[in-house]
Amino acid sequence: MKNDNDSFKPKEWTSKNYSEIEQMEKFNHFVRKKNRFLFSVTGAFLIFYILLPILAFTPVLEQKVIGNITGVWIYSAALFIMTVVLCTIYIRKANSFDKQAAQVIAEYESRGENK
Amino acid sequence: MSFVTVSFFLGIVGLTLVVTYIASKRTSSASDFYTAGGGLKGWQNGFAIAGDYLSAAAFLGVSGAIALTGFDGFFFSVGYVVANLVLLYIIAEPMRNLGRYTLADMLTARFNEKRVRGAAAFGTIVIVILYMIAQLVGAGALIKLLFGIDYWLAVLIVGIMMTTYVLFGGMTATSWVQIIKAGLLLFGTGLLAVLVFAQFDFSIMNMFDTIANDHGEEYLVPGMKYTSTLDSVSMMMALVLGTSGLPHILMRFFTVKDAKTARSSIKWTTWITTIFFSMTIFLGLGALHLVGVDSIMAESSAGNTAAPLLAEFLGGDVLMSFISAVAFATILAVVSGLVLTGASAISHDIYGEIIKDGKLTQKQQVLAARIGSISIAVISIFLALFAQSLNVSFLVSFAFSIGASANLPVILYTIYWRGFNSTGAVAVILTGVISSLILGVMGPNFWSPVEGAAIFVGDPLVNLAVPAIITIPLGFLVGYLASVLSAKKHNVAQNNVIYNEIRVKAHTGISVQDSSH
Repeated sequence: MKNDNDSFKPKEWTSKNYSEIEQMEKFNHFVRKKNRFLFSVTGAFLIFYILLPILAFTPVLEQKVIGNITGVWIYSAALFIMTVVLCTIYIRKANSFDKQAAQVIAEYESRGENK
Repeated sequence: MSFVTVSFFLGIVGLTLVVTYIASKRTSSASDFYTAGGGLKGWQNGFAIAGDYLSAAAFLGVSGAIALTGFDGFFFSVGYVVANLVLLYIIAEPMRNLGRYTLADMLTARFNEKRVRGAAAFGTIVIVILYMIAQLVGAGALIKLLFGIDYWLAVLIVGIMMTTYVLFGGMTATSWVQIIKAGLLLFGTGLLAVLVFAQFDFSIMNMFDTIANDHGEEYLVPGMKYTSTLDSVSMMMALVLGTSGLPHILMRFFTVKDAKTARSSIKWTTWITTIFFSMTIFLGLGALHLVGVDSIMAESSAGNTAAPLLAEFLGGDVLMSFISAVAFATILAVVSGLVLTGASAISHDIYGEIIKDGKLTQKQQVLAARIGSISIAVISIFLALFAQSLNVSFLVSFAFSIGASANLPVILYTIYWRGFNSTGAVAVILTGVISSLILGVMGPNFWSPVEGAAIFVGDPLVNLAVPAIITIPLGFLVGYLASVLSAKKHNVAQNNVIYNEIRVKAHTGISVQDSSH
């Protein structure tokens, strides 16, 4: 079943179409940029996260920071804030990825029509 | 059981049955049964995923653990919250773009081989059964405590309810039970958190000062339960990476129409779980201060009744009944999701696709799904009845470990690595499942020199409660080596063509826009 509301109306997609898109400079540029963003952010938050159990048993996070509130609670709160902030950043970034993906497809289709 | 308790209890049962009845009218095809026809909205799926996260272990277990062991209990909260980001950044959208009903569908989009599907279905079934036994045994004990009925009867009631939802309402009913439960849970814990906060004059400083002065500063630093850095790191790795490999959570991405909606689902889940797990601090420290360690331990040594007892202190019988009813709904919702996921692996992957080569009619598929659901439910109920006297809550950590070491690597390699092949895929899954199980069985959950502390008496061979720190790198390594070493046996040109398609679909979502609904 085809979705009639789609902005672009591909013909029957075959593996030939996919391979052609995959060869496009524009597609590869987009995927490289997207993956670089996704994996560098993922690496960064995983490192920041795993430092919690590593530092939790050291004086760094065991000492009191404000009143009786110790470093582990502050660090955990920072991880919570990080989570909602990175979530918001991703949603914003992903909207621009959607546009870029649509541009790639549009460029491919216009190329197809010219043939 | 008081009149109020019975009313809340019956209210929950009645409401979920109405939902199931409505859902049953919309459940006619396999797609309806497994994925609610892919028609859930972002916020609905977001609440439902949050519902999957917030199991009884998370709600009652974490608040109890904070009450009894202070900060150590809060480690779980942090793990669950950050896990959202792994799902959001690298899993949710490609999963939606490539899959249909199950994890195996997504993998076989690239490797159309029965052994890949079989391995994925095997991994799913192992995770579902482990998770389910832990939930059912916990549920039986909890319902016995809350409502004063026998363990076997409690397990049977939960078993019958979960089977009813899934059998008649499929994914639509299961999702709505999750959504209702997540909403109630958020409301209930929010209410408790505010009431606790009021007791401390709405001052965080005052709360921490009171805990430190009245109960001891050890509650505010790690070390009451966990003392080994290595053990904690391993557990935290399993939590943050394992969530993205749990099949009942992965399956939820197929209930929405496209990647954009999958993304918005996780946005909702992130906010809900972050708010919820922030409140566990108030519930846990509140229970410690207001109920007290002795009263909590008197009811359950694991602290599972800390939250209901806190509710009783703050709002008497009515609030306690409400919180207990919410806990009951939580259990029902999570086990229903598990039954459905198990059925998808047995009925769709193994029976429909492997044995019958995908040649079943819609009617046959739905029938197979229903028979699969009953089978999974019956097996789980039997195992739960036999496991009554065992402390099996650690099985959940096994499930996380398998999710992180088998499913996560195979998903990442399938989406992002051109050199991956079917030999590598089978190798990753088997390595992840088997190494997690073997190292788990050799670990301190099975062996303890102190009689009664674990299932067997003796020294553990592996001194890690959760072996993830070994099994996750092992899964990735074996997947890499198996693919590289077997590269010559595979048709590289054909693999390349298929990977081109996967790469385009995963990053543009074109297949979903093009072919579904």
